[in-house]
Amino acid sequence: MVTFITGTLLLLGSGIPGLFCNRQSPLGERLAAVLSVAGSLLGAGAVVAALLIPGNPAIHLPWPIPGGAFALTIDGISACFLFPVYLVTVTGSIYTLGYWPQRNNPGSGTRLRIFYGGMAGSLTLVLTASNGILFLACWEIMALVGFFLITIEDHVLEVRRAGFIYLACTHAGTLALFALFVILGQFSGSFDFPAAESLSAVAGPATAIFLLALFGFGLKAGLMPFHIWLPGAHAAAPSQVSALLSGVMIKTGIYGIIRVTGFFSVPPAWWGWTILTIGAISGVMGVAFAIAQHDIKRLLAYHSVENIGIIALGLGTALLGKSFDQPLLTSLGLAGALLHVINHGLFKSLLFLGAGSIIHATGTREIDHYGGLLRRQPLTGLFFLGGAVAICGLPPLNGFVSEWFIYLGLFKSLGHDAPALRLSVFAAPVLALIGGLALACFVKVFGAAFLGTPRTPAAVGAHEAPASMLLPMAVLLACCFVIGLLPSAFIPLLDRALAAWATGAKALPPLSAAVAPVAAISWAALALAVLIGILALWLHRQKTPQTPRRPTWGCGYAFPATRMQYTASSFAEMLVGLLRWGLRPDRHGGRVEAPLAKPANFASHTPDTVLDRGVLPACRVSILVCTWVRARVQNGSTGCYLLYVMLALGALLTLATLLRG
Amino acid sequence: MIGNTLLHLAILCVLSPLLLGVIGKTKALFGGRNGAPFLQPYFDLWKLLRKGMVISETTTWVFLAGPVVALAVPLLAAMLLPFGALPAPVSFDGDMILFVYLFGLARFFTASAALDTGSSFEGMGAAREVTFSCLAEPTVLFGLIVLARLAGGLSLQEMLSPELLESWQNAAPSLGLTLVSLFVVLLVENSRIPFDDPNTHLELTMIHEVMVLDHSGPAFGLILYGAAMKLFVLGALVVRIALPFTFNNLLLDLLVFVAGMLGLAVLIGVVESIMARLKLVRVPQVLVGTTLISAFAMVLLLR
Repeated sequence: MVTFITGTLLLLGSGIPGLFCNRQSPLGERLAAVLSVAGSLLGAGAVVAALLIPGNPAIHLPWPIPGGAFALTIDGISACFLFPVYLVTVTGSIYTLGYWPQRNNPGSGTRLRIFYGGMAGSLTLVLTASNGILFLACWEIMALVGFFLITIEDHVLEVRRAGFIYLACTHAGTLALFALFVILGQFSGSFDFPAAESLSAVAGPATAIFLLALFGFGLKAGLMPFHIWLPGAHAAAPSQVSALLSGVMIKTGIYGIIRVTGFFSVPPAWWGWTILTIGAISGVMGVAFAIAQHDIKRLLAYHSVENIGIIALGLGTALLGKSFDQPLLTSLGLAGALLHVINHGLFKSLLFLGAGSIIHATGTREIDHYGGLLRRQPLTGLFFLGGAVAICGLPPLNGFVSEWFIYLGLFKSLGHDAPALRLSVFAAPVLALIGGLALACFVKVFGAAFLGTPRTPAAVGAHEAPASMLLPMAVLLACCFVIGLLPSAFIPLLDRALAAWATGAKALPPLSAAVAPVAAISWAALALAVLIGILALWLHRQKTPQTPRRPTWGCGYAFPATRMQYTASSFAEMLVGLLRWGLRPDRHGGRVEAPLAKPANFASHTPDTVLDRGVLPACRVSILVCTWVRARVQNGSTGCYLLYVMLALGALLTLATLLRG
Repeated sequence: MIGNTLLHLAILCVLSPLLLGVIGKTKALFGGRNGAPFLQPYFDLWKLLRKGMVISETTTWVFLAGPVVALAVPLLAAMLLPFGALPAPVSFDGDMILFVYLFGLARFFTASAALDTGSSFEGMGAAREVTFSCLAEPTVLFGLIVLARLAGGLSLQEMLSPELLESWQNAAPSLGLTLVSLFVVLLVENSRIPFDDPNTHLELTMIHEVMVLDHSGPAFGLILYGAAMKLFVLGALVVRIALPFTFNNLLLDLLVFVAGMLGLAVLIGVVESIMARLKLVRVPQVLVGTTLISAFAMVLLLR
């Protein structure tokens, strides 16, 4: 435990030495990277050590805050969330050296590194805190540090706007969490977290606790109606920060939901149904919005919404399994959800780092301004392709394994007697639809950015990223391959987490080969890799230096230009049209009047339906109403104010009398 | 098991181009022509594999990865699927998900290879391919759920076991609807009329064929061979549901399976001959309709 706390302290302080260094010297940034790596290694070592011994290491120190205690516990669930934190922190802090070097950013570099370390450190505390007050304190630190990370480039209006939306959302969520932990503390008798399955879900406040958790944590996780802060914030932040936010920070919301639902012995079935439904909505609509985006980072941010939806599908399955007493369902669902948490942490940060490398090289986030980058950035392209295959859930990479667990869990519900539970299998085709749409989306991104010919001068002048940016991506892709090819190595970790979620009489069966034959997945992935390798070698040998290279067949048109390529927008046009009912894209121009038409313009844009068509108009109306009311109430007449004082006093006295009587 | 694997591979590699020949012959008969010989696809493949290549100057290695993956995937997927009554060489719980996702991988790389040329026609084809396939995906899952529910197992081997024959007596409506929807998926996934015309002469209207315009020689040969295998593998799934007979006699089982596959090829030929191609905007509507039919089949079983 001491090692763990040392690691956390190193992470928290990793950016501080930079304050005492020369603004131009690279000493501060190198120190920060070394400290982050050291802190992460220490922390990861502590977590591994904690997993190797049977019990859960814990620390419980008094804290002079009423109800508070400095209580940390590392159990299986925490470990599943902690590993991605450490990995993404390490890769991100090395990436920073190439992406955000101090000499180019003397103003913001130090700030970025201080808050980056603060984010990593507070994340490890949030994920291990086992006292409500401590959890809230760390949660708030994490949320505020997140605001400063998002607004690093605060001279841009759009960035400030995204930062404020994030701040409003995260505080709305924290408000719900305050209520949650107060109710939970009164219910269980202490602010320390109750043991798993120690509370009854039929008693009074359970419903309130669940709904508050769903809102408060869902807002952080970015489940669909609550995702409004996410696309803007991820797009505004620097890439390695987006990787940390999207890869691990939003997972704290999932962690919270898993933790809080784990306190209850038998959750009511509607909890599972709610999470399953919200997961399905997030998954489908998240990827639908992603398809319609033109900005590569907004697109990736919407994919986070989608993947959180997939995780929620697994979690919903697990909750249903618990309600209907089907341990197999619970095991597979929860294992799928947790493994997807790890996987998404890996491939989403890989993709964000890859996007950062593209932006670094071209200076734009518009997908339609790229093209032909694979020739100029061969390694970035390779890593991005790996991430894209992984996020689509395709074998032989890691995304497939976790989705496969969730599918298995859903299919297991078919054997149950209760027809109600069998309905949960409807989530399987939804998951397939999500997978198909994600594939379309990533073919679009990869194709438009890396393939074909450059569409703009910026793309022509693109260059490969430095080694400090390539190495982190290589490490992340290697991890994706390891989980994809050897999922059995991660079964003990998942078993440990399952044991932490459901203990005692209702202990979950471990993920044996009979439940989830992961070894078969390994062999299949290996066979696929070998087969592809052999065929590729054969085909490569057919290609000789004499093989002629000619222009692409233009169907008879002899003068193709790069502007004539199929753009990302046109690639997505058909799907966006099919999903028009939910996306409501804006389209301007594009109408050709006469046979010999004048030049015309066309633009399409897909705003976020919930934020731009729901929340913001509602806020504008409420501002109008409040302004009007204030003008009436604050009318400047002293008599009126005295009247208010008297009315308030009268009301308070009446209330006091009523309450006492 | 090794013998079984080799037999599976041999059937797949030897017989898959024959289906294309049968389809072509059927269409020729309907058109009142003699048509190309049954073995024409074999001749084509042999010719292409020996030829040289021409490569577009905009392309990268992704352009050649498409054909490779498109051939590797059906080879591997076939190992998970029983060919008629011949058991699948590899079988484990959840292999049907791997089966579906493997074809997803092939689609990813085929579409990427198309975009690699930078041609807007090939971009159009890729966009259509991924759009239609992601609409077909839920249908496949609904079908698999029906089979899993009837068989009580989670591997393709168990789902397509001889007990399917009993299920036809108990749950004929569900299985019938599933069979129809899977046949539609087969047509979509293999770019057949009414969804796509493999013989059209206009690049603008193609889906699958336009994606491979720039491939030539051995690369194109791999694509053709991979497409034939894909048709064979998906066809084997449909044929097994339609003919769930098991005689426990290798020769007889093989005969039923091959006869079923040839019958399927004739059926596809007939469909292609008597139907016109759908307008492009109609295709998603048909696919959504198919999804609803397969969902209906599942609901019938879940009650």
